[in-house]
Amino acid sequence: MILLSEEQAMLRDMAKNWTADRAPVAALRAIRGGGPGFDPALYADMAEMGWPAILVPESAGGVGLDLVSFGLIVEELGRNLVASPLLASAAGAASAFLLGDEGARRSPWLPKLAAGTSVGALAVDDGNHHHPGRLAATARAAGGGFVIDGRKRAVTEGGAADLLLVAALLDDGAPALFACPADAAGVEVAPLHRIDSRGAADISFTGVRLPADSLLGSGESYVDSVLDRVRALLAAEMLGGAAQAFDTTLDYLKTRVQFDRPIGSFQALQHRMADLYAEIVLARAAVYRALGTLDSGGPDPARQVSMAKAMAGDAFRAMARQMIQLHGGIGMTEEHDAGLYLKRAHVLDHQFGNAAFHRGRYARLLGI
Amino acid sequence: MTDGQEFRQVARDWIERNFPPSLKGGQFVIRHSREELAAIPADERLWKQRMGEKGWSTPTWPVAYGGGGLSLQQADILAEEMARAGAFNPIGGLGIMMLGPTLLEYGTEEQKRQHIPPIVRGELEWCQGFSEPGAGSDLAALRTRCDDMGDHFLVNGQKIWTSFAHLADWCFCLVRTDTSVKQQGITFLLIDMRTPGIDVRPIELINGVSHFCEVFLTDVRVPKANLVGRVNHGWEVAKRLLQHERSGLSARRNVANVEQGLAALARRYVGQDDEGRIRDGDLRARIVRLLMRQEAYRATLAQRGAELEAGLPGSVPMAALKNLGAGVAQELNELAVEILGVAGTGEAGAGFADDELEITSGWLYSKCLSIYGGSHEIQNNILAKRELGLPGA
Repeated sequence: MILLSEEQAMLRDMAKNWTADRAPVAALRAIRGGGPGFDPALYADMAEMGWPAILVPESAGGVGLDLVSFGLIVEELGRNLVASPLLASAAGAASAFLLGDEGARRSPWLPKLAAGTSVGALAVDDGNHHHPGRLAATARAAGGGFVIDGRKRAVTEGGAADLLLVAALLDDGAPALFACPADAAGVEVAPLHRIDSRGAADISFTGVRLPADSLLGSGESYVDSVLDRVRALLAAEMLGGAAQAFDTTLDYLKTRVQFDRPIGSFQALQHRMADLYAEIVLARAAVYRALGTLDSGGPDPARQVSMAKAMAGDAFRAMARQMIQLHGGIGMTEEHDAGLYLKRAHVLDHQFGNAAFHRGRYARLLGI
Repeated sequence: MTDGQEFRQVARDWIERNFPPSLKGGQFVIRHSREELAAIPADERLWKQRMGEKGWSTPTWPVAYGGGGLSLQQADILAEEMARAGAFNPIGGLGIMMLGPTLLEYGTEEQKRQHIPPIVRGELEWCQGFSEPGAGSDLAALRTRCDDMGDHFLVNGQKIWTSFAHLADWCFCLVRTDTSVKQQGITFLLIDMRTPGIDVRPIELINGVSHFCEVFLTDVRVPKANLVGRVNHGWEVAKRLLQHERSGLSARRNVANVEQGLAALARRYVGQDDEGRIRDGDLRARIVRLLMRQEAYRATLAQRGAELEAGLPGSVPMAALKNLGAGVAQELNELAVEILGVAGTGEAGAGFADDELEITSGWLYSKCLSIYGGSHEIQNNILAKRELGLPGA
């Protein structure tokens, strides 16, 4: 934003219609309990609409739209908890190539990611917490290429990906991203069964030999710029989740009758909703400010991404908690969607830095 | 060069030529007494006069009534250039924030010609005669009586929480013209505060000073030409004016001048660690949360501004903005006074620096931000009803 172009508004409406039509929350229920963590047919739909190619420039056969446009789509997907590798692959993996060195942008992997025929996953975190500044995985230079050793924790879409973008330290200690085929010798993928039913895996790399051109880019600012795109889009996804959790709860308050009247007529609940509404308003401004700054190349993009991720994370978690509380007993049941929002909010918060991480980063960037 | 760049240069040059360097880094100061008003320094008077004549005190108001006639975009550029030069708008008050925009919309041509130019130049102070002892959050319960005497109105009653009534030249006032209905029996009048029968008594607040007053009206004669809108249609005008109030209050900077310097204040009073971070980790974390909220709040204001500029309906309701703005400002003041430690416990006199006393007083005063202009709860009622469509009790 701040103001949507006609093209952006169309894109948002298209995403809204598509999710309503093809990917209601019931679609998430259908993939629970096994499989890759998403419905390949839905991702094929997205590929047909060109979404995996959004960030790839037209000159490279992509669609060449900006992050605000991508954010609008992701926000709509977030509303219905749509399961797909779009963010991991088309934002995360694709950006590792697009923001990487000259050769990376000509990689044969990129057209496959853009077409949705390949799925890429960012394998960054070594442990339970996000610390991209202190990686443990290493990439030793050897025989004109590299040897990767390390363990990556809870890689989003790590089970379904055929390409892993591995973060490891070069011999000089600089962090770098490598393109590693998931079937390379020495790669072991152990899928995880998580509360949000989405795909993730622990992945170990033991003496994995990669050619020289697998190095896509290096340096803290490169890795951070790739991560910041994903973080900002994760914030957009959380914003969508918060907004839908709010709307669903609001509908319930208007229809649930106790003491002979809709419970939404009680002022205590009205005020709670009004306060939550204001929090979502604030988070929305933060999210689109961050995406817009990444697009425009304006000042302090990293700080604004951290603001967006922290605030959208707080808003989604607060809203999901209240979604259950305001629904009462029915909100605690497996049958109701409220639990799905709470679980997703929790998992998303921990992807590439939770709210606390991003508050710390925001403070560091402000020098306080 | 784009229009924007061109205007930026124009604004920059004008500020450079007209802004007295002695005022650099200052800000709009609210005066609480006639003595303070009389003691305004010469340079500030000059700056006020120049800004008023240029119309840039109200940059977007029509030139025909003395305003600046700028677009919202140009007004933004002007604000940026003012900030860059360390300059500020020396003219404020309720005339600019509330009455002016309302009068431009609802006033007669004569009312606009009479009242808008002095507001632009900051020559006359206005006060708001809305709240009454029995009509606070439930504003439409107001009872100040207005009788039609043929060639004039006669007003009797009492107003309370009337900001700056003791300094005001004029009052925009809600009065009751029909007791058989509630909202539909209210009329909006402009009252000259020098009219016989008006008695003003200041109210002392928890921070000692205050701009709030009680106003007693006894057989006050008001000319018919001072009616805004129609008799019994004042609620409509008042609601519009309250939107301007919410917008003005939400956009207003906080009371104490600590906004820029919260981190600096913390370093000074609490100290920093070897890495230059505020020493108290808990305090630091809360400062970060607040600064983040403040930055997001400003992004929200910018979003709304851009929408209005483009002629779109605002996607962010004013009631939400008012609550968010008040919350951010109150938290800012809470942190500031906490940072001071015991230095933030002074009421007056020796042992406390002036800026410490100002922060303490500002903190106490900031408690009213979520009460005046429609309390937090009233804003939430408005949100629940209008925005969320929740049913009435």
